[in-house]
Amino acid sequence: MRDRSFTPSRALIYLIVTLFAAAYLAPLVVVVLNSLRTNEEIAQSSMIGWPQNWAFGNYAMAWSGFCVAETCAGIRPYMLNSALITIPATIFSTLLGAVAGYAVSLWRFRGDNWIYGIVTLGLFLPQQMRLLPWTIVLRDIGLINTLSGLVLIHTIQGLSFTVLFCRNYYVAIPHELIRAARIDGAGFFRIFWRIILPLSAPILIVTVIWQFTHIWNEFLYGVTFTTGQQQPVTAALIALSTPVADIPKQGVQSAAVIIAALPTLLIYLFGGRYFVRGLTAGAVK
Amino acid sequence: MTDVASTATRPGRSATSEMVRRLPEFLVIWVPLLLSAAHLISFSIWTIWISFTPSTLIPVTGWVGLRNYNSVLASRNWQIAFDNLLLFGIAFVLLSLTTGLLLAILLDQRIRGENVLRTIFLYPLAVSFVVTGTVWSWLLNPGIGIEKLAHDLGWTSFHFDWLVNRDMAIWTIVIAAIWQSSGFAMALFLAGLRSVDSDIIKAAQIDGAGPVRTYWRVILPTLWPITVTVIVVQLQFAISAFDLVRALTNGGPGIATQLPALVVYDLMFQRSQLGRGAAAAVLMLLILLAVLLPYAAWRYVRQRRAAHA
Amino acid sequence: MAALSIRALSKRYANLEVLKGIDLDIESGEFTVLVGPSGCGKSTLLNIVAGLDRASDGTIEIGGRIVNDVPPKDRDIAMVFQSYALYPSMTVRQNITFGMECRGVAKAEQEKALANVARLLQIEPLLGRKPSQLSGGQRQRVAMGRALVRDPLLFLFDEPLSNLDAKLRVEMRMEIKRLHQRIGATIVYVTHDQIEAMTMATRIAVMHRGVVQQFADPDTVYRYPANLFVARFMGSPPMNTMPARLEADSNGPVVVIGSGRPDEVRLRLQGYDAAASYVGRDVVLGIRPECIAEGDRVFSGAVGPPVMVTAPVELVEPTGAETIVLLRLGGEPAQARISPDIRPTPGTTASFALDIRRICLFDPETERLIA
Repeated sequence: MRDRSFTPSRALIYLIVTLFAAAYLAPLVVVVLNSLRTNEEIAQSSMIGWPQNWAFGNYAMAWSGFCVAETCAGIRPYMLNSALITIPATIFSTLLGAVAGYAVSLWRFRGDNWIYGIVTLGLFLPQQMRLLPWTIVLRDIGLINTLSGLVLIHTIQGLSFTVLFCRNYYVAIPHELIRAARIDGAGFFRIFWRIILPLSAPILIVTVIWQFTHIWNEFLYGVTFTTGQQQPVTAALIALSTPVADIPKQGVQSAAVIIAALPTLLIYLFGGRYFVRGLTAGAVK
Repeated sequence: MTDVASTATRPGRSATSEMVRRLPEFLVIWVPLLLSAAHLISFSIWTIWISFTPSTLIPVTGWVGLRNYNSVLASRNWQIAFDNLLLFGIAFVLLSLTTGLLLAILLDQRIRGENVLRTIFLYPLAVSFVVTGTVWSWLLNPGIGIEKLAHDLGWTSFHFDWLVNRDMAIWTIVIAAIWQSSGFAMALFLAGLRSVDSDIIKAAQIDGAGPVRTYWRVILPTLWPITVTVIVVQLQFAISAFDLVRALTNGGPGIATQLPALVVYDLMFQRSQLGRGAAAAVLMLLILLAVLLPYAAWRYVRQRRAAHA
Repeated sequence: MAALSIRALSKRYANLEVLKGIDLDIESGEFTVLVGPSGCGKSTLLNIVAGLDRASDGTIEIGGRIVNDVPPKDRDIAMVFQSYALYPSMTVRQNITFGMECRGVAKAEQEKALANVARLLQIEPLLGRKPSQLSGGQRQRVAMGRALVRDPLLFLFDEPLSNLDAKLRVEMRMEIKRLHQRIGATIVYVTHDQIEAMTMATRIAVMHRGVVQQFADPDTVYRYPANLFVARFMGSPPMNTMPARLEADSNGPVVVIGSGRPDEVRLRLQGYDAAASYVGRDVVLGIRPECIAEGDRVFSGAVGPPVMVTAPVELVEPTGAETIVLLRLGGEPAQARISPDIRPTPGTTASFALDIRRICLFDPETERLIA
């Protein structure tokens, strides 16, 4: 069943997986090719085709010249917004989640199970239940339509994931390690810093990758709580794909889509193992 | 065996100074956890409360009972959204489950290039739903996508207009969603297949079972807990699907691909019907609970059983 | 001065009482072993002594100071754990000096203490390695080094040998004993292995269901087990215990196994005055396997001819160093430890010599030792 000899049935297996692989790759290939074709060329044929004249200018246009809504600065400002939201929120939620996960798993304290249980419920609560309250909270603390507001939201909501990930990782660390350190005279922070953190690289990578991907790709909060120049790139892409008059612009749009998807795609390509680990860890809540 | 973090809970001479000394660690543990827990609870309660008030443009107090719920449930928008959710949820979950399982079984055959293939099947998960929706909206658009290509190639009778076809548009969302997330099912199934005890497989072979029978009778039955997990996670996605639809069809043509999450957004932020929007959000939560509560009960029973065994 | 005094100590979790009124006094320089089956409360007791867990009631005194509210680091103790609990990300050197670093000991002093301990345990070549690069025995040594470097009033060992393979365990057992003899430290050592207890301890506390069953030197625990639990727990194979009846004739007490059966065994006892009140009543008879031997054995220190019985042989287990025979005395199963070169045939009868001076009698109700 699991031998490598070549038989007709194995040929069939290879044929099927190749077809599937082609189907999964097709959208990416189409968009990459389109991003290198001129708008006019696409308009004359279809979205699917080989570039006749290589239009590398699409990327420059998409990056800094293209008009989204009424501003013509490309998607650069929106990429910057996304970065300014995603990076701090990823760092904050990961660090706070690691400390809290460490406390919940390796230090017992009154109410630890309760608070942990409630926090992980956040994995299930639909965003729609939090949209209105966040609107009001952000308005009251003056963070509506700011990047800081989205950082705050993603930090607090991200805790549900980061605490879960870190806690599940840290419970596997032997309690005796903590006991030994306590007898040695180390306190909460010293144990975290000297003993736990050096062991945490695998889970921190998973958590960072997961948080980064999620926050970068998030759309609903971005489109609800920010407008115009404050929007993250996901929201800008939607605004950008709304057809303006009849001017064809799929070449530039394709370049913009590629640029917007690039950060998370690169992370996936270089950290795929950790990405999948986060995926399965998130599923087996 | 508990590690007692709070030696300061007992009254004593040094209790206060002990408290002060440990203040930073209490802050760093409790503030994030409390913020997270508090926002979950208070936001939920607040939204539920709003759903019973006559709030429109701004939140107001007052009690209208189930009026918001009745009007949401009676609206054509919600009815279509709900029917779509049933169709989309079932079709998407079944198809992505079977696709994922098929891919996992194929990859489990010790084939060459498994790593590359796995990377290919999983990469859509790294991409945002907005990107997925945008790209598929191009491919499925009869004017510029696959249909146009077929026409250009001379196959003029080819018709593939689901994106703009009221009856079929919901299936475009199914297609894009499967493309995006069947890799997730594959990853979990593959992990499950790989964790089957190889002695069991050897035993089946000694018993004379061929590959098909070994899969069907011995290996696949061990996967059903994973299957349940995959179903629940995918359903959870289907119920709250928003970005993908927004980018792919924006609920159209007309309201043919409306889904609950879009109804909520529409009521809250486009029609300024906060009460009804909140009611629709609570309805979404109830649909979700209809999936999650049985799942939680199932897991609880399983854990209890495992603990007793 | 007592190095460790435990008074009326109890521990409850929710509705489960894991320690019930423990009293122990451990003198300075003693090697005390807490031994018992898993779940008997011995590790909980050790954790409470260490300050890693709280007592529900009672007091703990270390070096004459009540330490109930003193955090572990200020109790002047060191601990060696079952899993060794070496910090994975630190080198051996850092593992050993971490405690001094936490206490703010000067660098030069740290180096001196480290060098001493490393020499004592012969781990100098390992100082730069990470725990993952060490063998089981080396880890064990480093864990002890971490404890020794502290030079505490009290060493606590929590099943430190149970993760080692059989051969290494014997070696480390000797090494710990040698170390104790050399430095004269006060040690409280938890194990479930009665052989470790017998070989290393100066005093053994046998624990069961949260109660100390017996606290005495190894010979006493072995020779005069305080109750049936101790009798059956200590020794391998354990003490044979069987129902019997105490009778008396004009020459004194006689204990009868399988009373009334054709094959009943009658053993005349001498020096069991404490059992006088049990004459005419049922008792539980305990006899160690080594007190049942082949027929021509002469027990050391015995006067007069040995007591002989003829008994059916059911099973023979040669172990190389000795032969264990399962036989029946008055219908009751018993194990005998006989010379390795003697192999009675199962299904036949053979004659055995009994060392009846070492018989123990227990009360069948209270299970306590009578005499």
